[in-house]
Amino acid sequence: MTDPLHLKSGPAASGARPVYKVTRLSKTYVRNNIVALEDVNLSIQTGEFVSVIGSSGCGKSTLLKIMAGLIPPTAGSVVLDGRAVVGPRPDIGMMFQQATLLPWKTTIENIVLPIEIREGRIAAQAARDRATELLKLVGLGDFANAYPGELSGGMAQRASICRMLVCDPSMLLLDEPFSALDELTRDFMNMELQRICMERGATSFLVTHSLAEAVILSDRILVMKARPGQIIEDIKIDLPRPRTLEMINTPHFGEIVSHIRDLLGKEAAE
Amino acid sequence: MTDLNQAPGHDEGENTVWVEQEALIDRIPRGIAMAFLFVLVVGIWDIVTRMGLVSAIILPTPAETLSDIIFVGKNLVSGGYMLNALRTTTLTVLYGFFIAITIGFCLGVLVGETKFGERAVMPYLVAIDSMPKVAFAPLFIAWLGFDISSKVALAAFIATFPIVVATAAGLHAASENERMLFKSIGASRMQTLLRLKLPTGLPYIFTGLKIGSVGVMAGAITGEFLGGGKGFGALIRQSASMLDTPRVFALILYLSILGLLLYFAVVWTQRRFVFWNKSDRPLGAA
Repeated sequence: MTDPLHLKSGPAASGARPVYKVTRLSKTYVRNNIVALEDVNLSIQTGEFVSVIGSSGCGKSTLLKIMAGLIPPTAGSVVLDGRAVVGPRPDIGMMFQQATLLPWKTTIENIVLPIEIREGRIAAQAARDRATELLKLVGLGDFANAYPGELSGGMAQRASICRMLVCDPSMLLLDEPFSALDELTRDFMNMELQRICMERGATSFLVTHSLAEAVILSDRILVMKARPGQIIEDIKIDLPRPRTLEMINTPHFGEIVSHIRDLLGKEAAE
Repeated sequence: MTDLNQAPGHDEGENTVWVEQEALIDRIPRGIAMAFLFVLVVGIWDIVTRMGLVSAIILPTPAETLSDIIFVGKNLVSGGYMLNALRTTTLTVLYGFFIAITIGFCLGVLVGETKFGERAVMPYLVAIDSMPKVAFAPLFIAWLGFDISSKVALAAFIATFPIVVATAAGLHAASENERMLFKSIGASRMQTLLRLKLPTGLPYIFTGLKIGSVGVMAGAITGEFLGGGKGFGALIRQSASMLDTPRVFALILYLSILGLLLYFAVVWTQRRFVFWNKSDRPLGAA
């Protein structure tokens, strides 16, 4: 843990060591006595893109919330960058199912919101240049002063990508970020996400229930089963990068998808 | 042709054009439609009273009512005793509304934001709210006397509850994802309340204020009916006891103008503060 290299900018090849480590994680909801997670172990390397896939209610969102420090686990530990995650942290950026932009703030004000909350209005004002750069990165350069009500669903999610990146997090946690979008927009956004992650050498953790989305984006896919939530397989995706939407039609892509579908199907049949 | 809706004997050729026809009512401007209804109602009213179908004590003619409206209007403009009465009632309403907003908002935050408020305070508020609040009027008069303060108290008492309920509901309006976002960026409870929950709840709170603005008028007038004093409500009661029905109608008209002004003041404030929510319509359901 004394690597002098800056983790955020380290490319995947040089930083092949776990940045995120989840050990023997369990979560039981006392209220209704549901075991959401049982003995979950995983590690993510720097620059890696890892997805968790599973049917709804398998505990994947719970896992993400614990990793983000939003809710405490019943047992086990989460370590990011050598420090235990015991609460929300600025080096974790999050994206949600909805864009969750505040309608009374302009796009750029929404993007600097994390800085406004953490460091105050003056710091937020100072971060506007960085926010403008981010908006250009996602092709929203002309919409800095538009209100969220004037943005389309895809544009709003792109703005929320900027908000996630504004604190320059070393880890991106994505909770089904494009599930509310239509399929065409969703494909496009996935390619955008890949481009942004590759440009920044970002380490990402995606929760999804879309097989194609998981395969096209990930270096590794963790397949989860429900009740209790456990990871039943860790699949390496060896498709070359950058991935393209055409790859969806290749036989190899189809093999991976049908393998995962078999795993999930077996679990559902039980 | 198996179209069940098709009129019998109506043959649709290949060249039949099927376009949307705008209904007549859609093409008439709203102002004209409203004026038409007004003229219709006043016309019927005029016929009914002229023909002597209804006693003049129960329903005066439109002309009599109009002359009283003008009389009261002149008295108000020239600063007569009616203006003093209107001033008293206006003050009662404004004080009452101010107190209702202050207490209603604070209680609403207590109920909406704290577990204690939700579990311990809310049941009592629901219980009191379900009572006929006007029944408390004699109590307020006994406690506070026959001057303006007992009316203010009743007006505030009636208007407080919708504001409490609306504020509490508004604080719960932020979505789960939005609350997670604030948590994930390290927002404190106070920051989440001020920067997320309150702004998100503003449309709800203003709905509560609109309902409250109606309640505060009702409370002030009821208080003046029951507790006398120098307000407009007392004037209405005096006129009614003298069977001066046209005067009662005229006074009610000016009173409703006061009510409308208060209501639209709330709507106007909402337009200014909740500029992002364009779904509100002042004449629609509150």
